[in-house]
Amino acid sequence: MDSPALSPQGAPTRSRRWRRLRRAAVLPVAALALSGCTVPSFGAHPADTTTGQSSYHLWQGFSIGAAIVGTLVVLLLAWAILRYRRRSADAIPAQVQYHIPLEITYTVIPILIVIGLFAATLVVENKVVANPKTDVTINVNAFQWGWKFSYPGSSAVVVGQTTQDPTMVMPVGTDVHINLTSTDVVHGFYVRAFNFSRYALPGVVNQFTLHAVNTGTFFGQCTQLCGLYHSLMFFNVKVVTMSQYRTWLNSFSGSSAATAASAANTAQSQQTSSITPSKPTASHGAN
Amino acid sequence: MKVEAKILLILGLFFGIVAAVYWRWSVENAGGVMLVAAMLLGFLPGSYYWWWSRRMRTRPEDDPTATPAQSAGVVGAFPGTSIWPFTMGMGAFFVVLALVFGIWLLVPGIALVTWALLGGIAEGRRGGRV
Amino acid sequence: MTDVLEHPVAVGDHGHHEDHGPRGVLKWLTTTDHKVIGLSYTVTAVIMLVIGGLFAEIIRAQLASPNGTLVSLAQYNELFTMHGSVMIYLFAGPFAFGALANIVVPIQIGAPDMAFPRLNALSYWLYLTGSITMLSGFFTAGGAANFGWVGYAPLSNSINTPGAGADLWIGGLLLTGFSAIFTGVNLVATIFYLRAPGMTMFRMPIFTWNLLVTALLILLAFPVLTAGLVMLYADRHFGTHIFSVAGGGVPVLWQHIFWFWGHPEVYILALPFFGMVTEIIAVFSRKPVFGYKGMVFATLTIAALSLGVWAHHMFTTGVVLLPFFSIMSLLIAVPTGIKIFNWIGTMWRGEIWFSTAMLMAIGFLVTFLIGGLTGIYLASPPLDFFTHDTYFVVAHFHSVVMALVLAGMAGLYYWGPKITGYLLNETIGKIQFWFLFVGTQVFTFPIYLLGLRGMPRRMAVYPHDPQWKFLNDVATVGAILIGVSTILFVVNIIVSWKKYPAGDNPWDGHTLEWFTTSPPPHHNFYRLPPIRSERPTWDYNHPEHTALGHGEHAKDEAR
Repeated sequence: MDSPALSPQGAPTRSRRWRRLRRAAVLPVAALALSGCTVPSFGAHPADTTTGQSSYHLWQGFSIGAAIVGTLVVLLLAWAILRYRRRSADAIPAQVQYHIPLEITYTVIPILIVIGLFAATLVVENKVVANPKTDVTINVNAFQWGWKFSYPGSSAVVVGQTTQDPTMVMPVGTDVHINLTSTDVVHGFYVRAFNFSRYALPGVVNQFTLHAVNTGTFFGQCTQLCGLYHSLMFFNVKVVTMSQYRTWLNSFSGSSAATAASAANTAQSQQTSSITPSKPTASHGAN
Repeated sequence: MKVEAKILLILGLFFGIVAAVYWRWSVENAGGVMLVAAMLLGFLPGSYYWWWSRRMRTRPEDDPTATPAQSAGVVGAFPGTSIWPFTMGMGAFFVVLALVFGIWLLVPGIALVTWALLGGIAEGRRGGRV
Repeated sequence: MTDVLEHPVAVGDHGHHEDHGPRGVLKWLTTTDHKVIGLSYTVTAVIMLVIGGLFAEIIRAQLASPNGTLVSLAQYNELFTMHGSVMIYLFAGPFAFGALANIVVPIQIGAPDMAFPRLNALSYWLYLTGSITMLSGFFTAGGAANFGWVGYAPLSNSINTPGAGADLWIGGLLLTGFSAIFTGVNLVATIFYLRAPGMTMFRMPIFTWNLLVTALLILLAFPVLTAGLVMLYADRHFGTHIFSVAGGGVPVLWQHIFWFWGHPEVYILALPFFGMVTEIIAVFSRKPVFGYKGMVFATLTIAALSLGVWAHHMFTTGVVLLPFFSIMSLLIAVPTGIKIFNWIGTMWRGEIWFSTAMLMAIGFLVTFLIGGLTGIYLASPPLDFFTHDTYFVVAHFHSVVMALVLAGMAGLYYWGPKITGYLLNETIGKIQFWFLFVGTQVFTFPIYLLGLRGMPRRMAVYPHDPQWKFLNDVATVGAILIGVSTILFVVNIIVSWKKYPAGDNPWDGHTLEWFTTSPPPHHNFYRLPPIRSERPTWDYNHPEHTALGHGEHAKDEAR
């Protein structure tokens, strides 16, 4: 931290150096604390689902860590660049090559940070990939180039292609179980307001749960390249209240809400454990 | 030679551990197979080098006090120019084009590769043009 | 320091080092000299960089409007597929382990040539024909490959992508894949068997160390890709169903195979450039590499971990083991962090000469820091779920690869004089640096934001989100600045053509290549210095300034 020119007067005292270091480390944290309780969004958006919100908070945590580490490295680099510009073409500095305690420090601290990040990741990940029991199930089928949303136990089916974006209707405030499949190539089911995406894989039933906290219409689209009209494979997600959802479902003739719910329960029987990622239920899965 | 052997053996050991953990934990086999293959790629040459390193004298390049004079003599044969790599490259080019444009391209492709192979071997026996 | 002796020369070359081979085109066709092959690689790879860059500029122009009509949807798919393929397969890799490695590694370890000179030449011819094969897809009826540079099955099968373009893509990859494998074999054999006396493993320059590790990674990863390509070709033409559900196959298997190659490939690309930067920072700070041994172990750790992280590209498939791949990916941050701190440690208390090469290396450090930090987010599955396949990922890996381009430019400015004998113009070089560095940040920053706002990658149009036009336009400005920097590089080569003689050691270099002449003679060395550390040339030129171990500096001061 100190210039070599100072060293004849005796090396800068350890305590002074530490104080300066500590001040540098505390600054960004203090700046964050001063900005009030609202942690900045770092470019992401607070989501409209519970799991999306957890991911958003994880994002904020990672961003604070990245900001601190990034600032520290940039400051060190800037100091080196500004301070150690060569004075003459033939000046030769001390040929220091090793400083074992320093090297151990910057090995151990990143390991600790990584363990912390991994722990936080695990907590959120278990929430995001959990598949709790629920009454509402929607089968989503992706194809070139559109989406089909069908509701087990009901004759409700929504299909839309590139010319007309289909709308998936789902209730707010409850877990909605999604069975995602693909008929041809790999597609990506992505709703940006939910901070979530999942591949639609041919031959695999991908299961996940969405729990919307706000009503409204949200925009979704295919994120995995799937051929010529990939750029136009849009859909909407309309989150409505439970009663509106039941009414909408009943508007398709044939089935009552009660049978819809019981059928949805049977569909749940293939549910997978909540810790491991949802595994393919089809016979030709990843094996 | 010992350092070279150790690097490969340690890499092999690491991939072996990763392969075991992965195979035990995951639900698919492709990754496990590939990791076992990676482990073997560490162990096979690594154990050969290790075996060999215990049966040879320290080479000048492994001796920290060696002087340039110590490796005086012939290092190896380094052909200065050769047309055969180009010939073989063109042969391989035709073989790959045969995958796309028709099986008949295999005829010039394999012919060129064979010619280059024979030519290259003959050149190696003569010592090559330096 | 008197025992500088004649270095042994190869058989058949006693007493004279002049190259008596043919000249002109015939020399190019028949050479087995690693320097000429390396130069061929360099020129070809830079041409590929320009071609890939042109594709990128067309892509940016298309995105200048939410309903862009510059190219059709089909053409757009071809453009980004070939942009990615050219940059990854035909530029970055061959430039890293074919071009500069070929030129520098044998000289750095005091070898007369690569271990297998004719195999080396064959590698180049396979690379060149592979590149021609892949690019010739544009001249076929169906156009070039259009399934993205990752070629995900089943989109890449014969039903979804009929036509010769896709087969040419596979064929080109087979050729360049074998080229890479042969180069890997060659590098390992050269480094294990052709080191100069006294050049123990732990006295090899970091660049050579990194190339050794890269070569091992090539041998571990590329055969997997080749096998996958053969399977893909069989699926397309021989009626197998390895990747198609209809016949009982598994589409995800392609992703496993591809990324088992694909992630080590990231480090196959990156490690050589890390090595270049390490050398350059040390030389221009006039200090030894700080934490040399730590640097070597960090490189080996990165390589080892990189084989266990492939499925972090597949988090959103829902069929992979999330925690395993998450922790393995996060752990890579540790050795990478060690490297960054070691680079800063090398500069610390140095005497830094801000030449163009050094500026490029510092530009690499900053850009790579950004790319590295954003990579940590992507190692966390919940965060990957909402950034996967968006422009956030695109921005992340463009930060990384543009950092590598900066490092590659640093390498060209640093080693170019050694191979040509002439320096490049420093003023134009510095202007080029600022265009490249600023352009990179102006290009990547808006696309990070676009990704977070939900813009997916590989979209030719974004009719629902016209508000994204502004950020896209900013990114386009960045892309144009990068394009200008490339033009400046070509201008610099023309302007400084044979103008500024370099001398043998223009930078007061550390390693053996600065001990021989510029350009080096046919078999590289007339004489060799004694090798007592990883900096033989420095030790020879500054015998009183050898590197200090831990604590020695403090003892000196106390005295």
